[in-house]
Amino acid sequence: MSDRAISTESFDAHALTDGGMGSARDFFELLKPRVMSLVIFTALVGLAVAPGAIHPVLAFTALLCIAVGAGASGALNMWYDADIDARMARTANRPIPAGRVTPGEAAAFGSILSVFSVMTMGVLVNWVAAALLAFTIFFYLVVYTMWLKRRTPQNIVIGGAAGAFPPMIGWAAVTGSLSIEPVVLFLIIFMWTPPHFWALALYRSGDYEKVGVPMLPVVAGAAATRRQILLYSALLVPVTLLPAALGFAGMLYAGAAAALGACFLWLAFSLWRSPAGAQDKAAKRLFAYSILYLFLVFSLLLAEKTLGLAPLQPILAL
Amino acid sequence: MNEEDESKRHEIATPVWTEEQLKRRRQRNMAIAWTLAALIVLFFVVTIVKLGGNVANRPL
Repeated sequence: MSDRAISTESFDAHALTDGGMGSARDFFELLKPRVMSLVIFTALVGLAVAPGAIHPVLAFTALLCIAVGAGASGALNMWYDADIDARMARTANRPIPAGRVTPGEAAAFGSILSVFSVMTMGVLVNWVAAALLAFTIFFYLVVYTMWLKRRTPQNIVIGGAAGAFPPMIGWAAVTGSLSIEPVVLFLIIFMWTPPHFWALALYRSGDYEKVGVPMLPVVAGAAATRRQILLYSALLVPVTLLPAALGFAGMLYAGAAAALGACFLWLAFSLWRSPAGAQDKAAKRLFAYSILYLFLVFSLLLAEKTLGLAPLQPILAL
Repeated sequence: MNEEDESKRHEIATPVWTEEQLKRRRQRNMAIAWTLAALIVLFFVVTIVKLGGNVANRPL
């Protein structure tokens, strides 16, 4: 045996002993299960409000593919961001920075699941939904994680699109096409993302500053961030009323979305006006409410569809 | 290179798995096995769903 061959073998041996420490639970954690749950829910709503019927088994398959695809992009995100995750309190205990899973294992895991979820969606459901799922994974990994996140304070504004695609994928799983309705569902999440994440970034700005991620509070300061949160919240509320205006949501949705939106605006306004000492408390309150808000807005659409409530007459035609 | 040197080099190269690593590897293998089994069932059920009544409608 040559020396070269021996040294390669030694390297492989190290790779083996360094890896292999992750439990099944660690790999599940790589899928960002909490993010995944919101993705599944919004995709379910897209799937439920779409016209036409889908067999429950195919609906389950579509949701499974969306969940696995979203999880795979989460694993690839953790692989790419392991260096900064290690230095932030919120993320330091993730499987890669904690040393339970090697970066190589996470990359392989994420890649395999990405390919598998897209191919399964294509073969078992339809290729429009599969293409959208592939684009979502690409967008989250390449456009958001690799390109925007460390370069611009607009990272989560544009990158937020990745989290907004699932209802469109759900819709496409049923219809095999896209129309204005799934785009409106996309816009609701897209407009919701900046106030949601910037509220978090306001009270976590120290973490982001430490690792050089140019979140808005780090680059432009807290006052500018609070102004932007209010601005995006003011844009979000009318967007959430579009389903009723376009005639695919009813009175219950319109009334409740308006009330929930008013509450969102009030919290954003309170944050904007809060004195420096009370800012973190107001930001935490808005962040917590924003999660409940999105859940309730999409739940209302689902409830109306499930209860068979009639949608309003469209007042906008697109 | 004599025989003793050769065996030492092989010793370095051989990975040593701890009990904990072996346990976790078994868990991972079980998770993969269950996932693959579930996928087989899923593909089978979806095939039946897609074919529908045509499953029974075949020349005998």
